[in-house]
Amino acid sequence: MRVLNLFKIATKAIILNKTRTLLTMLGIIIGVASVIAMLAIGEGSKESIRTTISAMGSNMITIQPGADSRGPARGSGGDVQTLTLENYETIKEQSDLISYITPVVNGSGQIINGSNNWPSSIYGVNPEYLDIKVVGLKSGSMFTDAEVKSASKVAVIGQTVVENVFPDGQEPVGQMIRFNNIPFKVIGVLEEKGENTFGQDQDDVVIAPYTTVQKRILAIDHLNQIIASAISEDDAPAAVEQISNILRTEHKLLDSEEDDFSVRSMEELISTFSSTSEMLTILLVAVASISLLIGGIGIMNIMYVSVKERTKEIGLRMAVGAKGADILMQFLIEAILISITGGLLGVLLGLAATVFIEEFLNWPTSVALYSIVISFAVCAVTGIFFGWYPARKASALDPITALRYE
Amino acid sequence: MSKEIIKIQDLKREFTMGSETVHALRGISFDIKEGEFVTIMGSSGSGKSTMLNILGCLDQPTSGTYEIDGVKMKDLSRNQLATIRNEKIGFIFQSYNLLARTSALENVELPLLYNSKVSTEERRTRAIKALEMVGLSDRMDHTPSELSGGQQQRVAIARSLVNNPVMILADEATGNLDTRTSYEIMSLFQELNKKGITITFVTHEPDIATFSSRTIVLKDGDIIQDYNNENVQSAAAELAKLPKQDH
Repeated sequence: MRVLNLFKIATKAIILNKTRTLLTMLGIIIGVASVIAMLAIGEGSKESIRTTISAMGSNMITIQPGADSRGPARGSGGDVQTLTLENYETIKEQSDLISYITPVVNGSGQIINGSNNWPSSIYGVNPEYLDIKVVGLKSGSMFTDAEVKSASKVAVIGQTVVENVFPDGQEPVGQMIRFNNIPFKVIGVLEEKGENTFGQDQDDVVIAPYTTVQKRILAIDHLNQIIASAISEDDAPAAVEQISNILRTEHKLLDSEEDDFSVRSMEELISTFSSTSEMLTILLVAVASISLLIGGIGIMNIMYVSVKERTKEIGLRMAVGAKGADILMQFLIEAILISITGGLLGVLLGLAATVFIEEFLNWPTSVALYSIVISFAVCAVTGIFFGWYPARKASALDPITALRYE
Repeated sequence: MSKEIIKIQDLKREFTMGSETVHALRGISFDIKEGEFVTIMGSSGSGKSTMLNILGCLDQPTSGTYEIDGVKMKDLSRNQLATIRNEKIGFIFQSYNLLARTSALENVELPLLYNSKVSTEERRTRAIKALEMVGLSDRMDHTPSELSGGQQQRVAIARSLVNNPVMILADEATGNLDTRTSYEIMSLFQELNKKGITITFVTHEPDIATFSSRTIVLKDGDIIQDYNNENVQSAAAELAKLPKQDH
């Protein structure tokens, strides 16, 4: 009853000072809106990285020769020849946490079909490659284990290669192409995958049996890579561990020696990229938080002026029976109402800004519920925190002095 | 004999200003009975304002006793004083002290907002009744800026009546008004007094005192005169004697 009355008094005071209240709210509105929009941008980019990486096969484990040299300038590992076919076979035999595994040898070269030619990369793999990369075939079929064994000159090509080498819209399956002058029979076309997060065209590939690529194109007997697929995403870290141990035994490494290979799961890749965008998000939110803080100080400022301006009114209220606590509550409720209303408007503005960013700037955004909850909570706390001091000051006024105040 | 609402016994109030002690009230004793219309007179510095603050439970005496409606005003907390002000006293000020941009009705409701025993409907009914008593039933929705000085003071009087106080305490209530309006207000006070409402009126204007039934004169913190007015003037009659004004 009493609180309800104080609530009415506070609402009345806010309505009587519409313009001032709105201007006071502006700080909070902008603060909350920017926190929400910034977090939406941050979350959006994190999510888009996650989805593209997942599309590449989220269970995927990559084994590369050469020591782990993670960092901005990562070595290709191409010239290190520590990965062999025997390694591949041992892992395949001994690891129980992987479902698919394939050796990878790759090289680049020119694809020629009659008068059309196109520079591309060739990947020598086994049929399990498609399962690991989670790609299907648009037409034709994948080569078989028998074709791998016999080192057949057959190939499956990506959409970009099709467009450039068969520009007339010819059906590529059954046609012959030449890769670095070696003739290949096209037996399948990969489904389109588009660009990945790093701007790489995933459709610009030629896939052939690794035996063929090893012997006929690259003339090597080591492997560039082994890629495998963990049974599930959760098993990926354990699989990484297991593969490392298998390879250390295989390579007869002493405990003091570092790995001469690196095993990495997609999860790690995701976290590497996520941490970059997280950093950015933290930065954006820090800036937005400062504006929220300034909004809070704005409220304190206005409440302070309001208390001064209404000293006589406070005196009168006390004379007719308002207790210190009543006055305190009245001004506190006023501050909280201002900040909560500001917060609500801020949430709306933030959501509108997010839609705008998504629609017109084409940035991926994702509004996280927690960003709304947090910024709103911060708002209410700001109201209490910054409203407390002026309200406290008002309630401590001496009614006699307040009444005589001009 | 009607009962005593205010009992004051050897009341002293001292202020310390730096190293000096100022004796604002030097041991005052008097009673106010129910239904009396008392004016407290005195020039500035006589202790009038201090007396008013203590009577209004805004200030506490240094020594002596002050009893209002059977409640001893000694060592009460700020909150307890606020409750007494809310339930037992109606305040009227020289400068009206109405809330700006707030309707007359809402201004009158104000004291009841701080009384949790009064419901919303009762608050409204009582405020309307109080405004009717001061003759402003047709101005309830007007804000102070839309009312004349006299009308504003009437709203303030209605506000002081709304909590059914044991005493109305007026501080120079006609100080800002012209003679005609002053007399109108005084005649309203006399009417209310006739209905049995106790009024204590603090003023320095001698002609106001002639409308009251008793006058206490203060000087330098002491009572120098306390007399019953044998010949109470009727404010309404005085008003009629004033030359008619062209509006």
